[in-house]
Order: sequence, then C-alpha cells, then structure tokens
Amino acid sequence: MAEMTYRDAVAVAIAKEMERDPTVVFLGEDVGAAGGVFKASVGLLEKFGPERIVDTPIAEEAILGAAMGAAMTGLRPIAEIMFSDFLAVCWDLVANEIAKARYMTNGQVSLPLVIRTSNGAGVRFGAQHSQSVENWAMMIPGIKVVAPSMPRDVVGLLAAAVRDPDPVLFFEHKSLYATKGDVEEGEIIDELGRAALVRQGRDVTIVALAAMVPRALAAADVLATEGIDATVIDLRSLVPLDVTTIASSVVATGHLVTVEENPRLCGWGAEVASIVAEECLFDLDGPIVRVTTPHVPLPAAEALEDVAIPSPARVVEGVRRALG
Amino acid sequence: MFSSRPQTWTTTTRTAGEPAPPVPSTAAPEAVRLSLYRRMVEMRGFEKRASELFLQGLVKGTSHLGLGQEAVAAAFGEAMRPDDYTFATYRGHNHTLARGVPMMPVMAELMGRESGLMAGKGGSMHLTSVQHGMMGSYAIIGAHLTIANGAAWSAKVRGTDQVTVCFFGDGATNIGAFHEALNLAAVWKLPVVFVCENNLWMEYTPIGSVTAVRQPAADRASAYNLPPALVDGNDADAMYAIATSSIAGARAGNGPSLIEALTYRHGGHSRADPAQYRSDAEVREWLERDPLSRYRLRLVAEGVSSEELVRIEAEAQSKIDEATAQAQASAEPPASLVEKDVFADGGATWRR
Repeated sequence: MAEMTYRDAVAVAIAKEMERDPTVVFLGEDVGAAGGVFKASVGLLEKFGPERIVDTPIAEEAILGAAMGAAMTGLRPIAEIMFSDFLAVCWDLVANEIAKARYMTNGQVSLPLVIRTSNGAGVRFGAQHSQSVENWAMMIPGIKVVAPSMPRDVVGLLAAAVRDPDPVLFFEHKSLYATKGDVEEGEIIDELGRAALVRQGRDVTIVALAAMVPRALAAADVLATEGIDATVIDLRSLVPLDVTTIASSVVATGHLVTVEENPRLCGWGAEVASIVAEECLFDLDGPIVRVTTPHVPLPAAEALEDVAIPSPARVVEGVRRALG
Repeated sequence: MFSSRPQTWTTTTRTAGEPAPPVPSTAAPEAVRLSLYRRMVEMRGFEKRASELFLQGLVKGTSHLGLGQEAVAAAFGEAMRPDDYTFATYRGHNHTLARGVPMMPVMAELMGRESGLMAGKGGSMHLTSVQHGMMGSYAIIGAHLTIANGAAWSAKVRGTDQVTVCFFGDGATNIGAFHEALNLAAVWKLPVVFVCENNLWMEYTPIGSVTAVRQPAADRASAYNLPPALVDGNDADAMYAIATSSIAGARAGNGPSLIEALTYRHGGHSRADPAQYRSDAEVREWLERDPLSRYRLRLVAEGVSSEELVRIEAEAQSKIDEATAQAQASAEPPASLVEKDVFADGGATWRR
C-alpha cells in the first residue's frame, strides 16, 4: 500500500499501461517535456521517449483526429485535452466521428482510445476553465464516460479505460489533483460501469461523482450527528451507468439525493432521477432531490464559485428536503 | 486580392478549347493506362446508375456524385498499395470503388439494403471498407484530414511504410481542421498525401468568392513549408504521375504533400441541387475537358485499339447491371440492426 496524490496516480496509471502494451501512445499539449500543466504526466517522456509521448500544437481537433486515426489502425492512444471546456473546440471529433464510427461502419471500425481531460471547478479559473461537462459526453451514444474521485480509482479506472475496446472519455477532477489516498501495490484493473458504495447507511441514498463524492461524505458526517444515516454511492462511471447499485440502495433507503457539479438542466442527476422514478417509484418514501450547480456559467471569484458549486451544507439541506 | 501564383507548377492548367495536352514523356505503361481507363469507365457508369436509381425512388436520402471527377480517384487507386489507407469525403463513391471495393455492396448501401457495405447503417456519405484500406467517407467537412494524420502517424509508430491518402474538396480548405491537420502533418513529417479536388464550387458558392487566395490548396502550401502542387485533375496521366511521385515520397519518409487537382463536377452538389447557379458556358467548357472522353481520345490516338476500349466499356456495363440487380434483389436490413454495434460488445447497452 502506498499513499499517492491523484495527479501522481495519473502518471503511474499511464506508465503501467505503456509498460504493458507497446501500442499505447500518449499525446497532448505540454504533456511531454513540460510534464503536463497539472503535472499529471511528469517523467513519462523520460521513461518512454518522444515516439510514444508526443507534444502537440494547440490544436484540439488535430489531437483527437490523430488519436482516432491511430486507434483505427492498431494503436491505443491516450489523448489529453488540457481542460474539458476545450472539448467544445473538438466536439465534432468526439460526437460526430469517434462516437459514431463503429455504428456507422457496421462494426468494421474499433476505436480503443482514451480522452483524458481535467474537469470541474474549485480552482477559481472562471467560466471557460472550470466547467463540469461529463453530462455533455453522457448524451452521445457510443462513448463511455468515466470520472474517478480518488487516487486508487484513477489507477484502476484508467487501466480499464486503456484496455477497453471502446472510446472512453476520462474526466479527472482538477480540484482533486492534490488530494492523497492509498493505492494498493500491484495491478489494479477496475470494471467500467461499477459504482462504489463508499458509505453504507439506512436512511437515504446520496449519489455523487468525482469531487462531489468527498463533499457528499462530509455531508453524511454532519447528517450522522443528527441521527440520519446516509449511504453514499460514488458512481465512478456515467456510461455504463450502474443502475443496479443505485436502484438496490434506493429500494433499501427509500430516498434519493443526487449531487452534481453540472449546471441544473440536463445534468447527469436528471437521468438518474428519471430512471429511479420510472423503475423504483413505489420504493420511494419522498421526493427525489437534485443538488446541482445553479444554471449559470461559473464565476471566478472564490466567494462566488463557492456559492455556485454544491457544498456539504447544501447536500445536508438537500437530504433534509428529501426526508421531508 | 489574389496572392502570387504558385512557384512550381506540376502541370499547367488550360482553358476550354485548347487541344488535349501532349502525352507526358513519362507516360505509364499501357496496362496501367488501360486500368485507369477501366476504373474511370466503371466509376462513371456506377454514378450514372446511382443517379437513375435515385430518380426511380430506389436510392433514398442524399448522395453526392463524383461524375466528372473520376481521374483523381482512379489515378490514386491505381498508384496505391493494397495496405495503404484512403480517407474520403461524402462525395466518396469513386474513391471507394478505386480501392477495389465491389460495386454490389456499394450500390446496396446506397439503396439501404442489408447486403450494403455497412448493412445500410452508414449510407452514401459514410462508405467504409476497412479490409480494402478504405478507412471511411466523412461527412463533416475537414475533420477527416485530422483523422488521416492519425493513420499516418500510426504507420510511422508501428514501423510500416504504409501511406495514407486523404481526399477533400476545395471548400474544406477554409475550415480550421484543414489548417490544424496540415500543420501537424508537416511538423510530425507524416506519410500522408492530401489531395484537394478543386471543382470550383463550394456547394452552391464559387470557391474564389470566399477564399483569400487564388488556389485554395496550392496557395496555402507554403504556410506549411510544403511545395505547391497544382495539377490538371481531369488528366488521368498527369494525376497518375503525381499520385505515384507523392506516394513514393511519403513512403520514403519525406513527409506529407498537398496536391490541388483542378476538376469539375458535372452535376450539382447533391441530389437536391440542380446547379442552376453555373453558367451554361462554364458547364460546356468543362464537359469538353471531361476526363473520360478525353482519355479515350488520347488512348486511341496513342494506338490503343478501339475494340479493346469497347470491350472494357461493355464489361463495366455488365458489372454495373449485375451489381444493380443483386442489390435490388437483396433484403432490407432487419430492425435488430438499430441497436447493434454501438459498443464493442456488439450492442447498445449503456447500463448495468
């Protein structure tokens, strides 16, 4: 068991996969010589050389196009899009090309590629460098969507993503890069689409993702002092979505609260709420409550960003509403 | 408003009425020239048949015909190695046939049949046959130039000497992806040949009226440290010569090239377009420079027997008839295909 940061876990996971499989290559802006703007790829260039760790120009379409063309011809590329906001610049490649290639070609084309990107708020970067856009990705048929909340899961889920035969959008949360956690020794390979039960409780099911997981856990601690015993589910992956774990917990607790960093409309919690309403309505003992960012672009100032993003206090308040 | 003309011209362009150019001294062997002719005859006949089937209501949706632009695809098809990669556009029927993909599944794909190249799931604009190196027809302008780079990069990393050829229209030269792709290909010295088919019209708009340079691709080459190459895209011999040299250069590790082939589409942009924005004089001028009839005249003048050419034409016609009949006789795809092959497990399951 070793303690490591979330950012170091990224480099560890990439290195493990590159050592194992010579077809794995890694490309992006500032990823090689500079070690990544979030220092999540430090040391990889030295270890694997410029043939496999490739610095690109600021050209997101060129990056994802290169990853796609390489994936369809025998490589397993990992492409970094520095900030998830920049996915909007190359969304054609994600939504029109990468996601649809297998389907349109009747299964002729396989795209085993990973798009890593830094997602989410908490570092006061303002509206164009802080968004949580995992819900954009979730809407597109043909891509898998993964978002780890802790260093151990970065390693296990990134390994699974690289080995997966389908394109995976891998959302790393930029406010988590400095956080630490235990990572067991040896090979860790998770299964995509399996949520983690990070806290077991009787009274309410709180479903969270990425940076919202520690906030949900903090809220659960507060609720415990009031005698409310919460289950916290770390979804870890939106596609595939672990409906089984969510539904069985809701059946047990009778209450559901989702905690999303997405702006309100069509955040991933809306899909989860809709599924639970459709399939578990008669197991519910109260309204489903969604705790989200309000439907606003994100402000930069610390005082404003802290208001916008769901806080433990807002989660506590959401749970109280759910329980009536 | 126009920049200076390119410094080096691979071949000069001519205006209508000028005689066919002299045969290049490096003319390909007769077997190659007959193969070029056969390819163009087959493409021409295929596209005409596709057009007829559309009028009969048997081809639905849209399609973008390559009538008049056959020489470009035929020449590269002839010059490419079986393991090379093609990336084409929604106007990609010619380029698909050029890689040796049989006519029947292509025709069936246009007709939305289960025997189609992609079982009806892609349609006219997305023809793909990985086993033939036909890595896809792409319908979002410009995107596939970046994807072609990826295939070329992969060949380089894997240590093969495969070459990627990427076709696109003049309109693609004004979108960002074109410039991102050209720059990356040049910086990474990728084994890729970019082929701009300049048919003078960006959909319904003259390309010259929306482009800052006179030659939309050739005049941009210098920005990527590439030599400008402007070629008569309606001259199969000239196209074959430049296809051969550019592919050889890429295979030898000399990096990318950018070719602008001047050509013309006989019809409109797509099925919905009667192309009334073009003057009769312009259309007439270009019909006189038709790559197929011009090549036929040249071959006969060069001593190829007419009987040989007639035989090629008859064989093409019967292939087209056979493909049409088989495609028409095949079934429509079953409903089960709707949720097939979204993911690698063969299905569309997004939950567990």
